[in-house]
Amino acid sequence: MRTLIKNGHLIDPGNKKNGEFDLLINKGKIEAVEPRGKINETSDIEIIDANGAIVSPGFCDMHVHFREPGHEYKETIETGSQSAAAGGFTTVAVMPNTEPVNDNRSITELIISQAKETAIVNVLPIGAITKGLKGETLSDMGELKAAGCIGYSDDGRPVSDSELMRRALEYSKMFDLPCIQHSEVLELTRGGSMNEGIVSTELGLKGMPTEAEDIMVHRDISLLPKTGGRLHVAHISSGGAVDLVRQAKAKGLPVTCEVAPHHFTLTHEACRGYDTNAKMSPPLRAEPDIEMIKEGMRDGTIDFIATDHAPHDLVDKQVEFSKACFGIVGLETALPLTLKMVDEKIISLEKAIDMLTFQPNRIFRLDKGTLGIGKVADITIFDEKTKYSIDPSKFKSRSKNSPYKGWKVRGKILRTIVNGKTVFKNN
Amino acid sequence: MTQTASLSKRNIISMNGLKAEDIKVILDTAVSLKEISTRTIKKVPTLRGRTIINLFFEPSTRTRTSFEIAGKRLSADVINISGTGSSTAKGESLIDTARNLNAMNPDILVVRHNCSGAPALISQFVDCPVINAGDGTHEHPSQSLLDLLTIREHKGSLEGLKVTIVGDIAHSRVARSNILAMQTMGMKVKVVGPPTLIPVEIERLGVEVCYDLGQGINDADVIMILRIQLERQNQGLLSSLREYSNYFCLTEKHLSKAKKDTLIIHPGPVNRGIEIALDVMEGPRSVILDQVTNGVAIRMALFYLLLGESDADTN
Repeated sequence: MRTLIKNGHLIDPGNKKNGEFDLLINKGKIEAVEPRGKINETSDIEIIDANGAIVSPGFCDMHVHFREPGHEYKETIETGSQSAAAGGFTTVAVMPNTEPVNDNRSITELIISQAKETAIVNVLPIGAITKGLKGETLSDMGELKAAGCIGYSDDGRPVSDSELMRRALEYSKMFDLPCIQHSEVLELTRGGSMNEGIVSTELGLKGMPTEAEDIMVHRDISLLPKTGGRLHVAHISSGGAVDLVRQAKAKGLPVTCEVAPHHFTLTHEACRGYDTNAKMSPPLRAEPDIEMIKEGMRDGTIDFIATDHAPHDLVDKQVEFSKACFGIVGLETALPLTLKMVDEKIISLEKAIDMLTFQPNRIFRLDKGTLGIGKVADITIFDEKTKYSIDPSKFKSRSKNSPYKGWKVRGKILRTIVNGKTVFKNN
Repeated sequence: MTQTASLSKRNIISMNGLKAEDIKVILDTAVSLKEISTRTIKKVPTLRGRTIINLFFEPSTRTRTSFEIAGKRLSADVINISGTGSSTAKGESLIDTARNLNAMNPDILVVRHNCSGAPALISQFVDCPVINAGDGTHEHPSQSLLDLLTIREHKGSLEGLKVTIVGDIAHSRVARSNILAMQTMGMKVKVVGPPTLIPVEIERLGVEVCYDLGQGINDADVIMILRIQLERQNQGLLSSLREYSNYFCLTEKHLSKAKKDTLIIHPGPVNRGIEIALDVMEGPRSVILDQVTNGVAIRMALFYLLLGESDADTN
């Protein structure tokens, strides 16, 4: 069975294609991309009329938490993948801070087999840098890669020990996979629950200063020249850290970084009223940091967008602010929030799609993220124009923690196609 | 009570949002209710049949007693629940505790909690007004109101007065409430303390910051001394209480250079000899015990105003 997506506006940044093209899928692969109307419609072809909507490579989120195994009441690989599909994501990378931690082959295999059975999008595991995320001894990185991990991270926690981080960068080089750092000097954020600044002062909450992020990014970059490993800075949020990455890139060092949509659309002001849905790690920052994040998106210092999808149940969020869990349901609001940057003329629509598709795949060296001939047909079709209001109660995620309730946005996912098959369709 | 005053706020959680008129109404009401506490029979039937729950998750003597006495002098039924004796100790969530209490139809919940924002959270799940009796390092509105009443009694009016708050500003809910309320009332606020105990960007709230006690108090009409807590030493915020005292203990020597009629207040409990010298504390300019007396009147006023004069007057 072949499928023709016609009448769409195709944007494929990896192949520098942007225009009115039709796309033919055959046996889960992209068979042809031709100017509108050039592909013959025969009776054996299923027709998808995109009707002027954007046809993009499937989105890719290199930073999600699906909570399985261990915290299935918040999310499972199945519900997380449904959330991903609803957000236009065809590939996600799941962080290892599950219970037990994904620090060995048996957990990696469990995640992959659960994904095979229940997930409707591609689920790629990330293995722990250190055993049990304890920051004491390196995990078996070779075994993790052999089992299917595509990177290493202790996300949720930083690797605090400088010697251990140095060894991690060195050792991971043997397997040619990046180390993804949650950059935070814990001594500076101890007991903190939001950004340090005027809002934390007014609310009487312990702050987490930006220096905690800057210092760790600086340290890790300093470890790069001699180790030769690849460093990927997760969820960059401070302006100082953006500057450090920019300087390191100018020196040709192997460092990349990602930004989460909440870090360019919200400031620490969102914490007022003790809204625990605005409690994130790293925290929502002050306006000057947000401006520097945007500058980093504009000039390419920030490589791609990742949501840090962190679902939490009400029992973990509807509590005292200082006791609430950190995080936000990210997958289902990523596109409209990214399009806000297009509205603000920070990035073009093509660049926005690039940051959601081609760039993460390029950095993680995955053979995805484009609409090239012969590639797997992972495709997202979205309507960029129609305005709507965000309603977290409609999320496919098992959790509904989002500070974006009621936001008027544009960017609606119409259809998500994985391996040539439609896995999500908006009615 | 014949006046028909009311407040623009239903919950007293922060001094942010209380207007100058609200504060004036509260202070005036407290003045007229204060007399009740001087009678032999210290009770009026105003809130007969009303239920007030004091929900205290943190130890407190002065504040809890003050709220309890205030309620009882107005004939309300006052129930005290402490953190250790509540279901919270059995693992019940704050919201479930609030919902259960709400199901018993209280008329007011008075909440003290060690987490900033806890009373605000509770107020979203109950039908009655909530009074914040101190939450974490956030606010303590009734303390600020009784401070204002005490100052007004001694100074005649509030507008234009210069106030210096000395001590651990970073962890003080009393300081936060007062910074907001005093500025609402047209007073000028200065904060004095070691830089480690001054919260970041506090200047943006409109206060002046000073690290020298002598300089900080030389033109003050009111000096508010805050309690310094011993655990700040272990958190690396202080080198030692001894050194803190050397720089920030208010003594007669400092006062000799201050205004003659400067007023000294302290929210208590006092660490005698650490943040304030004994002779200063017991000297003529100290009105610390007036504050405690006024505390009862302020809390009576809050109960009266929040429960409205609707049927209170007819009883």
